[in-house]
Amino acid sequence: MISISDLRFRYSEGGFALHVPELAVESGERVAIIGPSGSGKTTLLNLIAGICSPQSGRVVTNQVNLSGLADGARRDFRIRNIGLVFQEFELLEYLNVLDNILLPYRINASLDLTKKVRQRAVELAGMMGIGDKVSRNVRQLSQGEKQRVAVCRALLAEPPLLLADEPTGNLDPTNKDRVLDILVEYAESKGSTLVTVTHDHDLLSRFQRVIDFKQFYDLSSQVP
Amino acid sequence: MKDTLYLAWRYLAYNRIKTAILVGSLTLITFLPVGLNVIVGQSAKELTARSEATPLLVGAKGSPLELALNSLYFESETPALTTYSEAVRIEEAGLAQPIPLYVRFRSRQHPIVGTTLEYLDFRGLEIASGRRMAVLGECVLGSRVAASMGVGAGDTVVSSPESVFDLAGVYPLKMHVVGVLKPSYTADDGAIFVGLKTAWVIQGLVHGHQDMAAPEAASGVLKREGDTITANASVVQYNEITPDNIDSFHFHGGMSGYPISAIIAVPRDQKSGTILMGRYEADDEISQIVQPATVMNELLGTILTIREFVVAALLLVAIATLSTAALVFLLSLRLRRREIDTMSKIGGSRLSIGALLVSEIVAVLLAGVLLAGLLTVLTAQFGEGLIRALLLG
Repeated sequence: MISISDLRFRYSEGGFALHVPELAVESGERVAIIGPSGSGKTTLLNLIAGICSPQSGRVVTNQVNLSGLADGARRDFRIRNIGLVFQEFELLEYLNVLDNILLPYRINASLDLTKKVRQRAVELAGMMGIGDKVSRNVRQLSQGEKQRVAVCRALLAEPPLLLADEPTGNLDPTNKDRVLDILVEYAESKGSTLVTVTHDHDLLSRFQRVIDFKQFYDLSSQVP
Repeated sequence: MKDTLYLAWRYLAYNRIKTAILVGSLTLITFLPVGLNVIVGQSAKELTARSEATPLLVGAKGSPLELALNSLYFESETPALTTYSEAVRIEEAGLAQPIPLYVRFRSRQHPIVGTTLEYLDFRGLEIASGRRMAVLGECVLGSRVAASMGVGAGDTVVSSPESVFDLAGVYPLKMHVVGVLKPSYTADDGAIFVGLKTAWVIQGLVHGHQDMAAPEAASGVLKREGDTITANASVVQYNEITPDNIDSFHFHGGMSGYPISAIIAVPRDQKSGTILMGRYEADDEISQIVQPATVMNELLGTILTIREFVVAALLLVAIATLSTAALVFLLSLRLRRREIDTMSKIGGSRLSIGALLVSEIVAVLLAGVLLAGLLTVLTAQFGEGLIRALLLG
């Protein structure tokens, strides 16, 4: 699903640099990425998703070399193939729950918002335990509920790859387990790949593989 | 596009106070110059219609504007007074029909217009109820006066003293309302019409009092010299004209010397009008003749110049408002940076995100312009009534 070779990346501002010689994630694999803050875990997710482009090296996601795609094509690829979950939920406060879940279908013409999609959004919300709150504004939800809305948004297009950046970082233990259960169950049922950045070592047992980013961090610090 | 517009609508609806302020500001700044233009246009139409319907005005030398405003709209201060002999002079010249006006006194805030029945014919004023004034002390009310005072035929109205502290001046006269005019949507609706002689009664030039030859008036007599009786202040003067006392009302001196404020001169034809105007050209002439349309056009010229200044000022305000609106949009973009980033990260296309932001701005601008358009239509529709209420009182 993900294949990275000799990836080098540096932000135009600041001294941070990242070097990943080799990294591969199989299709359907559940991988946790751990490592110290500032080591580039989120940057790696951004590179896998095509949000950032490396200065050199290859990033192949779902058999597509993202480095060779233009920005518009990368966005189209992302919205159809990758579900992103963020630590801060990143919901739009002026939309209600259902509209937040449907957002990907409203901001890219490559996804078609049909009646079936709306129905799937309502079903997803029901499965997440927020089915009775679809018409509420997201500001009226608890933290756990907000993250479940964000997860619904990521899952709606049924992407083969889920990238979650500390998805449980702002949640209490109960919600933490619940959200992770949802992500894992979805990945298992659909055969999707799940890559999660986390600081919470208690959750690592839920993943098939753990990548310690420290190895890349050490390499990164050697990048000239 | 439908989805973009939906998101834009949700954003604007959620931030409804900010949206309302922006739309309100844009509405006002669009409407003010356009609305001002409509109002000024309608005011001009209103003012010129009346002045154009009044061919010539004759009055004592002084401000032509004051003469026109007082005679056409019963507004402004009473102009320098002329005398009834001026009307006789026009009549005798045979060049025009003179309609004398004496616009000086008021009943509360309503002007009392002393004139002849020809004035009602000249203005095409019709009686809605009752009849025209026929006898001394009678009056006919304009429709707005009747409505605001709540009086009609059979009631009375009282003239107001010119000055509360002028004890030796004009005494109030109780006048009998004999008719109410149909609305004409002109200044006539706000006036009380009386015969010229009644206006002179209000002034005290024509007056009635108890018969000094009668025995009961003896205590008020100071001296008798032939037909001349000198009375003291205890003599009862009548402040209402009734069938019982009407015969006691009399003139002192000749009527030709009595004051009037203006004469509407209706020339027999254009040539007669030109000749009549020529007769007032002499240097030693103590009266003036004016064409109200010319006077009002000069006034309108001034108003239009002022309007240009106001519009120029409004344009500057518009630039300031639009700059502020642009700043608000830019600050809003900065505040929404994270939201825009999120949409980009999950795969929103640049076109969709850009269209979302642009459609919000366009929606606000459009709403402002549409509301301004609506206000302009309403102004054009109902502004005339508003102008009448404001300008014509």
